[in-house]
Amino acid sequence: MNHATIAHAHEGGHHGVPHGWRRWLFSTNHKDIGTMYLVVSLIMLFLGGGMAMLIRAELFMPGIQLLQPDVYNNLVTNHALIMVFGAVMPAAAGMANWMIPLMIGAPDMALPRMNNMSFWFLVAAALMLVISMVVPFLPGGGTPVNTGWTLYPPLSVQVGMSMDFLIFTVHLLGISSILASINIIVTILNCRAPGMGLMDMPIFCWSWLVTAFLLIVILPPFAGAVTMLLFDRHFGTSFFNAAGGGDPQLFQHLFWFFGHPEVYVLLLPSMGILGHIIPTFARKPLFGYQSTVGAMLAVGTIGLAVWAHHQYTTGLSLAAVTYFMIGTIVISIPVGLLVFNYIATMWRGAMTFETPMLFAIGIILMFSFGGLTGVMLATIPGDIQYHDSYFVVAHFHYALIPGALLGLYAGVFYWLPKWTGNMYDERLGKIFFWMVIIGFNLTFFPQHFLGLAGMPRRIIDYNPMFTEFNMISSIGSFIFGAAHLVFLYVIVKTVRGGARAGDQVWEGAKGLEWTLPSPPPFHTFTTPPQIKLAQSEA
Amino acid sequence: MHGGSQFKRLMQFLAVALFLGVAGHVHAEYGINFPEPATPSARDIYQIHMRTMTIATVLLIIVFAIVSYSLYAHRKSRGFTPDQNFHRGWFGRWSWVLVPLLVLGVDMTIAGSAEEVLKRLWLVPKDKDMMEVKITGHQWWWEYEYLDQGVRVESRYVPQEKAGSLYLRDVDNPLVLPINTKIRFLNTSADVNHSFWVPQLGFKKDAIAGYITETWAVIDKEGTYRGQCAQLCGTWHARMPIVVQAVTPEKFTAWVGAQKTRMAAAEAEAASGKVWSKEDLLEKGRDLYNKNCSACHQLDGKGLPPAFPPLMAGGGFPAGENMTKPLQERGFFKDGKIVVGPVPKHLDIVLNGIAGTPMQPWNQLNDLEIAAIVTYERNAFNNNTGDVIQPADVAKARGATAPAKSD
Ligand code: HEC
Ligand SMILES: [Cu+2]
Repeated sequence: MNHATIAHAHEGGHHGVPHGWRRWLFSTNHKDIGTMYLVVSLIMLFLGGGMAMLIRAELFMPGIQLLQPDVYNNLVTNHALIMVFGAVMPAAAGMANWMIPLMIGAPDMALPRMNNMSFWFLVAAALMLVISMVVPFLPGGGTPVNTGWTLYPPLSVQVGMSMDFLIFTVHLLGISSILASINIIVTILNCRAPGMGLMDMPIFCWSWLVTAFLLIVILPPFAGAVTMLLFDRHFGTSFFNAAGGGDPQLFQHLFWFFGHPEVYVLLLPSMGILGHIIPTFARKPLFGYQSTVGAMLAVGTIGLAVWAHHQYTTGLSLAAVTYFMIGTIVISIPVGLLVFNYIATMWRGAMTFETPMLFAIGIILMFSFGGLTGVMLATIPGDIQYHDSYFVVAHFHYALIPGALLGLYAGVFYWLPKWTGNMYDERLGKIFFWMVIIGFNLTFFPQHFLGLAGMPRRIIDYNPMFTEFNMISSIGSFIFGAAHLVFLYVIVKTVRGGARAGDQVWEGAKGLEWTLPSPPPFHTFTTPPQIKLAQSEA
Repeated sequence: MHGGSQFKRLMQFLAVALFLGVAGHVHAEYGINFPEPATPSARDIYQIHMRTMTIATVLLIIVFAIVSYSLYAHRKSRGFTPDQNFHRGWFGRWSWVLVPLLVLGVDMTIAGSAEEVLKRLWLVPKDKDMMEVKITGHQWWWEYEYLDQGVRVESRYVPQEKAGSLYLRDVDNPLVLPINTKIRFLNTSADVNHSFWVPQLGFKKDAIAGYITETWAVIDKEGTYRGQCAQLCGTWHARMPIVVQAVTPEKFTAWVGAQKTRMAAAEAEAASGKVWSKEDLLEKGRDLYNKNCSACHQLDGKGLPPAFPPLMAGGGFPAGENMTKPLQERGFFKDGKIVVGPVPKHLDIVLNGIAGTPMQPWNQLNDLEIAAIVTYERNAFNNNTGDVIQPADVAKARGATAPAKSD
């Protein structure tokens, strides 16, 4: 019967769009799977965002008002995990699915069935994560995960069975991401239209090529680490237990070997998106195509070898910390080059300021700030003060919200007309942008001061001297949260209708995807397009 | 907090924040920068912090200026025609070398100045006569052992009613340290990871079970310096304040003397072989219980299920098997309810803890203290068993394997 349904879906593929639930459950179409990724990530964004709202509400005033301490710690943990694995990564994967085949003139992803599988593994992982959150509320469910997303033992060994569900969540996520990465790599390396060399490839494809390789390198050690944790918890091993001859620090090394490059996994696809948006709205080609590609490769490579800058305070030797400090500071070179190239692309262009471009400009400015506090943190003498304080919370939100999340928002506005065939409401898009900018900065800028004044991160309650900045921060976060209702409204409105978008949605946009109708038909490029002499030549 | 003073502070902060960005040499009275350092290392760090922050601010201003100019000048609405060959000029061809060189220069300036301070911070002097303090993180209190003086101090947060405006920044027993003395700190943990952070002393070092991490400091000003545990350590991570009281060496010596007298008296009392009345034990027991056990089992004995079981009989404990099974085996859990188990098991649990759970061994408490706590637990919270446990019973329970600890 399984065979029969698959055959049916396959058949449907040849004759047109399959209908009903089969179209989605058995989908092997890159556009449909891309859409499903994007929908899941939007749901997770609201889940993770809702948690952030609860956290900020609790921190609005000193004292414990809304939440039990372990529920608070659990929200801190799951907010991070959901935003990283549930919102940002799936959204980037959704855009990769949608756009990479269109950009390189391929009929679909190289491995369509695997594409389906990696998507449904993601859904399974999301469900497993929800189970892990719910189980402590059931009788006999044990304590919630209260460790933060870093899951450090021995604390993570104390946690009840919700930790085990979380470990399996990580396994499922790992499988899902590795499959998706393999698919993207194979597609990019094998399915480009004839005449498109690697160095003619749109920059978004490059950013994902580097990201996919990174994911394949970093996920297995992480999966291994949580498996060892599972064994320590239940089967009497002592991988991370000093009393049994193990080493609690080993977990931190394994975690951050994954955790630090993960930052670039979140960052690179969004940087790739900017590499399309800025040339489009500046109406001139990307400045320094080759050096942008080089910078992405360098970020990926160096980024793999600097993980222990998250562990400066754990008693590493002088030689080790010196190496990790220099390595980390050196990352600023390729990242600086990326930002420079984008600014130089704007320079002497003829800019217009539609919503995607507004986001791109905001990202460049705010991400530069996040990068500069990153250099401060890399400098060890400073870091041993900043570490685990609110300064760090402020820093990584300045790096990741502009660097990853807002880049994806920019991509949504940039490509939504292509995906749906309808123009979004520009006025609402701009309102959303300004609410995001105000809310975001109000939330996270004051947190730098909190950290310097001595407020540690991940605490549910604090001394009254930290009140003012926490209040400002909470108010900002509510604005930031409310902005997303506008976002949701714009998306729904655009999907349901609006001014028709032509093939060439944006005046200055270049690339194969803009030669197709909006929305593109179910199957595109069934015969490969002919690439004229490299249009993106640098 | 008064609305008016809050607004004033906000305006002050805005003014200072602006100034900070430009001048970069502001003192820390507004809680927007590090508090004033009290050790040479903290001062070194402060300088590095200010220097990198200044460099960062200048770079940020440059980026903002360039982008702002471009946004103003290179817009379609002003009729600017895009320069399609900009990336083909010499600048386009060489910027991939120039920009990295420029960034490298900035990087080397920053790393160079940090490197020297780093060495001084990292390499703990090996002087023989350095004072040594061992710091042990517990869920959720700090233990300080003065290895040279033979003094041991337990330091716990003070509840809101008593601490007032110092809530979560105040403790019952501070870490008293002499000024102008080289002190080596040896950090470790009895359970999960913690991190000892006092910003004004200029260091943060994790306390990890099975590890000893080292730092050092010379405090050069008398005063009270406050900090907090910086590594998420479970339920009450927020309730691990640190207070360092820096005093002159003379005052420190006097303080050590007083501590020794206190400890000797407590020891003598415990070893006196005296038979205590139930009332005395209950009174002592309440204080000790509230101090040592209530973070988890709560003041009213109702616990915080599912993490921490009630000690009050009759309640349920909706935890997983891994938690309820040991309780059941020891006779503290029957038919889904908490019961008061047999005395020997009770003593065993308190003395030796329950492996693999946050319930630690409490064998560093003396016989009298344990007797008082257990007596209290068996009679408070409506348990009313009427049992009275004497120090001698505890001494017996410690048995041959675990000799009584007397320091
Ligand atoms: C860090 C938290 C923590 C502290 C502090 C703590 N306990 Fe416990 N205690 C636990 C946990 C968790 C268990 C349950 C272990 C299990 O389920 O096997 C427990 C179990 C017990 C039990 C078992 C019986 C029952 O009725 O639940 C007793 C008795 C007990 N603790 C006494 C004490 C005493 C006395 C102190 C203070 C000297 C103390 N505990 C301090 C966490 C704590
Ligand atoms: Cu702690």
